Amino acid sequence: MTEQEDKNAPPSFEVKLGLARMLAGGVIMDVVDAEQARIAEDAGACAVMALERVPAQIRKEGGVARASDPAMIESIKQAVSIPVMAKCRIGHFVEAQILEALEVDFIDESEVLTPADEQHHIDKHALRVPVVCGCTDLGEALRRIGEGAALLRTKGEAGTGNVVEAVRHLRALRGQIRRLTTLEDDELMAEAKTLGAPHALVAAVARSGKLPVPSFAAGGIATPADAALCRALGAEAVFVGSGIFLSEDPATRARAIVAAATYYDDPRRLCAISKGLGKAMPGLELGELRPEQRLAARGW
Amino acid sequence: MIGVLSLQGGVEPHLALLRALQLPARPVREAAELLACSGLVWPGGESTTQRKLIARFALGGVLDAFVHSGRPVLATCAGLIGCAERDYLDVDVERNAYGRQTGSFQTRTDDGHALSFIRAPKLRHLGPEVQVLATVQGDPVAVRERNVVGVCGHPELTGDPWLHALALGTAGAAKLPEAPLAEKKIADHTRVDDPRTTPPFAS
Repeated sequence: MTEQEDKNAPPSFEVKLGLARMLAGGVIMDVVDAEQARIAEDAGACAVMALERVPAQIRKEGGVARASDPAMIESIKQAVSIPVMAKCRIGHFVEAQILEALEVDFIDESEVLTPADEQHHIDKHALRVPVVCGCTDLGEALRRIGEGAALLRTKGEAGTGNVVEAVRHLRALRGQIRRLTTLEDDELMAEAKTLGAPHALVAAVARSGKLPVPSFAAGGIATPADAALCRALGAEAVFVGSGIFLSEDPATRARAIVAAATYYDDPRRLCAISKGLGKAMPGLELGELRPEQRLAARGW
Repeated sequence: MIGVLSLQGGVEPHLALLRALQLPARPVREAAELLACSGLVWPGGESTTQRKLIARFALGGVLDAFVHSGRPVLATCAGLIGCAERDYLDVDVERNAYGRQTGSFQTRTDDGHALSFIRAPKLRHLGPEVQVLATVQGDPVAVRERNVVGVCGHPELTGDPWLHALALGTAGAAKLPEAPLAEKKIADHTRVDDPRTTPPFAS
């Protein structure tokens, strides 16, 4: 029997991983309605993230941020042919099941929404739809993979238009992976304890020198140069949240960020791509945020 | 040298499989890089994204020239859609014909090769010159027309090297591994892989 025939069983992990691998080199854009979704698709987005408010709006308005109305996600699914993702709260497995019933292509268990569980993340192996999770370092990345995440992204600091936290998280991942490859086998258990990560996954990364699932960048990306920087630091693709539709000319900026994700190591092209895009979204200095306003600290 | 069209999509799995076949390969994004290659892989990804990047960076003409030069081309999933749109293959393709990601699956072709179908297209009409290379439950999933091979699924995700060797073997000295990679891989794929008990990349 093929996987296709048994509709109720989760597909093999490789099938979930397959879609994550196909998003590489692309840009996933936050959209709040069908019109934005069409602009994103037309600009060359490889997927859209459907949500009711972009992170900068959530940050401004405050209150509890929850998964979006299924009717709104449905309208976006109908508007575009590219994959549609949607966010659920950390630990809120029922929101995830609802998004699965809605047949979104990917679920983001996201710190941008208000966490529903401060101790437990969702058991992502139990879902048929692949799940992406945020991480700030290698230990957190491996805990999420242990729970069944098929894709990782940096948390960055969403809704700030400030790429500094995403860069910090990418650097941490790279540095910690590089360090693992220098350890002897008999040092890996102590390292697993320090990282708070499953030993088998620590050993796999030490052997291969890379994560077993793709890792993308997210959180604060506002310009083509930001996207290219994240790609150059090892992110295989980028999520752009508030950075596109809170800018002066979203369609032009979206097209430019798509091109920058492809030609990220070609400064001549990046120069041409970056010209005349209008104003970027207003940015926030991280020092202006109170500790409780830091979204990256949500989850563990 | 095999070029893997590196605009958007699953480039790395193709590079890894070509390395395993001992076929030298590199990502290509520029006209000059492409024209220097002896074969081309057009990978999966989002066909809409790939089409827009080809138009924006004026790569259509050089792709046409490459294909018409007779050098071998392997196109997977979105690449197959691109080849159909550009008339490199005389086929009609229905995008996302198995539905969304919840309809994605892994299976074997009727002659036993492992393929992943990820939001995959179906071949709906084949022109008279199109040769069927593989079927799943009787439906064509891999085809050839002259120098172009197209496949609805992803042999690079299952690690089954058969189609790469068939399509691109003439572009270099392809050496098939003695024990097909797929035999071991597919065994892992037919059940739910839980990294808590089975670390990915363990093999």
